[in-house]
Amino acid sequence: MVLGRRTALQQPLLRSPATASTTAAPAVTLPARRHAGSLSQRPDAKHVSFPGAVKSAFSNTLRFEQPSTYPALATYRAMDQHGVAADPSFVPDLSEDAVVKLYRDMLTVSIMDLIMFDAQRQGRLSFYMVSAGEEAVSVATASALEKEDVIFCQYREQGVFRQRGFTLADFMNQLFANRKDPGKGRNMPVHYGSKELNIHTISSPLATQLPQASGAAYALKIQRMQDPSIPPRVVAAFFGEGAASEGDFHAALNIAATRSCPVIFICRNNGYAISTPTLDQYRGDGIASRGLGYGIETIRVDGNDFWAVREATKKARELALQDGGKPVLIEAMTYRVSHHSTSDDSFAYRARVEVEDWKRRDNPIARLRKWMEVKGCWDEAKEKEARESIRRDVLKAFSEAEREKKPPIRSMFEDMYENLTPDLQEQMKTLKKQIEQYPDEYDVGEFEEGAGSLGR
Amino acid sequence: MSRYLRPAARLATSARAQAIRPSVASPFLSRPAAVSSLQKRTYANASGVKDYTVRDALNEALAEELEANDKVFVLGEEVAQYNGAYKVTKGLLDRFGEKRIIDTPITESGFCGLAVGAALSGLHPVCEFMTFNFAMQAIDQIVNSAAKTLYMSGGIQPCNITFRGPNGFASGVGAQHSQDYSAWYGSIPGLKVVSPWSAEDAKGLLKAAIRDPNPVVFLENELMYGQSFPMSEAAQKDDFVIPFGKAKIERAGKDLTIVSLSRCVGQSLVAAENLKKKYGVEVEVINLRSVKPLDIETIIKSVKKTHRLLAVESGFPAYGVSAEILALTMEYGFDYLDGPAQRVTGADVPTPYAAGLEDMSFPNEGVIERFAAKMLRL
Repeated sequence: MVLGRRTALQQPLLRSPATASTTAAPAVTLPARRHAGSLSQRPDAKHVSFPGAVKSAFSNTLRFEQPSTYPALATYRAMDQHGVAADPSFVPDLSEDAVVKLYRDMLTVSIMDLIMFDAQRQGRLSFYMVSAGEEAVSVATASALEKEDVIFCQYREQGVFRQRGFTLADFMNQLFANRKDPGKGRNMPVHYGSKELNIHTISSPLATQLPQASGAAYALKIQRMQDPSIPPRVVAAFFGEGAASEGDFHAALNIAATRSCPVIFICRNNGYAISTPTLDQYRGDGIASRGLGYGIETIRVDGNDFWAVREATKKARELALQDGGKPVLIEAMTYRVSHHSTSDDSFAYRARVEVEDWKRRDNPIARLRKWMEVKGCWDEAKEKEARESIRRDVLKAFSEAEREKKPPIRSMFEDMYENLTPDLQEQMKTLKKQIEQYPDEYDVGEFEEGAGSLGR
Repeated sequence: MSRYLRPAARLATSARAQAIRPSVASPFLSRPAAVSSLQKRTYANASGVKDYTVRDALNEALAEELEANDKVFVLGEEVAQYNGAYKVTKGLLDRFGEKRIIDTPITESGFCGLAVGAALSGLHPVCEFMTFNFAMQAIDQIVNSAAKTLYMSGGIQPCNITFRGPNGFASGVGAQHSQDYSAWYGSIPGLKVVSPWSAEDAKGLLKAAIRDPNPVVFLENELMYGQSFPMSEAAQKDDFVIPFGKAKIERAGKDLTIVSLSRCVGQSLVAAENLKKKYGVEVEVINLRSVKPLDIETIIKSVKKTHRLLAVESGFPAYGVSAEILALTMEYGFDYLDGPAQRVTGADVPTPYAAGLEDMSFPNEGVIERFAAKMLRL
């Protein structure tokens, strides 16, 4: 092979001292690095040996590749629209109870979404985002990951939080910004985060989580190189097809590929970025084709097929941990049944009938339900009971969280820096004095600890 | 322009010498659901004055400039099919077609770069950001390319471009969507920065921005879009432009000068009115209109009369627009001041989401009034 060719004469001439030193002690766990200096074009070679393309055959035809001549990447399905297995090799790896639990997670998210959307309309929240139609993408991917894996979400992945153990109270406390909200009421609604569940807090600007996910994966990889007793972990990063237009997406894929980071990029391709349809968002074969371009192993799955998403994520996790770590891209095709957010009325840019049609024809919850009914572990009575009890639980958590006290007044000064700066301490003291001096003017009863949190 | 300005500042100005909680529901990625009902334009009264919302004024300015010059085009996220996230570009797609009103993918750095490239090639793009918070993804294009290319090319490569969109805090949208970039862009040589308050400001300044041969950052305010202002007959015409670098005295007074911009102008006017009612003092309110170049001449003239200055803005306090106003007043008007010039600004904190805290993070009529009363020892 031309690739490995290396002469004693070339080495000192073509390598800078810096690169020479890195090859002196090759890391055991990493594949040997390729150096530009190790390549050269043999006379009359049939293949290119330029540093930038080492396996390209020469062609004597002047021809541009036409993206349209390539068939679209296939979409993997494990079960069809009627909940019947479509992949003959597919064997469900979950007990019936486990499937029912995940199904209930999907139901919970969808019922909570409906209630909270209405709550926003009643003015009890400033903002909300629902994930109708996309419950399988988040619940099924999360179900195939380990607890120790690190997650970066965009903002439509309630299912991930739910599957990993976020309770209804956790959701409601964040939404109502009460004293039990770990974010201390500082974030917009739906910007959840959980240290215990290894999910980074959601950040509003699009796609910024993607390079960060590559970096987190790189850190996991280095940690494991330093301490092989740590169990192998991956990072999962979620985003929509709209976010994939941001420069950060491309930077993230490139850096993850070149640095071999164990990260699974999970795209929810739901057809719309607020009002922008995919036709105006990108050209070419979806987001999956981008992954191939960056040299990343890629799969496109039917995002409304719970089992397909789960199988793909399971496999992706295995791949991501192979060869010392590498990125994998999953493009889950689905449809955003909901409006983008409570600030959006999507019927201004798409036909109501289109949405109704999708709801009726292909819905991830209905599909898993059919599968469960075929298996005999679910029926109409159970469905009714589940819906009613979930609804009850959501409303209970809702009213409890709404009544809960607000975070302590002290939190107003905290966390801008690790420690309170002297001027912030001074401000806090002044506030305390003011409240104590005019107790009738300030009702601090709704805050945890009242004025007490401001120090003794 | 004036002896108040240092030579470098004078160069920057040479090219063109010439209240209430809003009703708009506040969006995040981003927009109110049914804003169209807020758009209203009343019938002309006897003197020809009509009420315009700021949104209508911006829309009219865009339409007129698109009509007048076929080099002008608008691009941004959702500006065409959806009529703009805040409906500022409403109806423009139908009127001017998809060659001139262009929807883009969600790539701020991409479409901003494309717009800068188009400007460098001789077109006059109007680049809409859904909010200036998102323009951070594209700020390299604005600061390093749009602002500097004329200078670095030795003057042969102009960049006639207008960056526009809502700036500053809205309501309930948290730390990452509630920032005021006046000081950021105002500090960049090569950019011009304007920030309208009223409907007339909006129309006249936007038309001037599009016509200006330089890159202009046009900072709107989401909370102002639905507010109505009377628009004079002259301002309704299609030749109405407001020159950059000229502040407007919105209210004359002799006891205190309040210098403000954008939404805070309206709040300052309310505070001024209350101060008159309660204490009988006359506060002069100056609407900056233009952040860069800054009309220090008008400010100093006013200080000579009132001997006191208060700057009011909703940006963060440190190194901000108010800091610049106070510094210039000190440099050029120190001897006329009877007391230290002061400022009311946003709080030095990432904007909290909680409504109560958010409310306390920015100036309002009451705060301005109390602070002014304190300065005047009332």
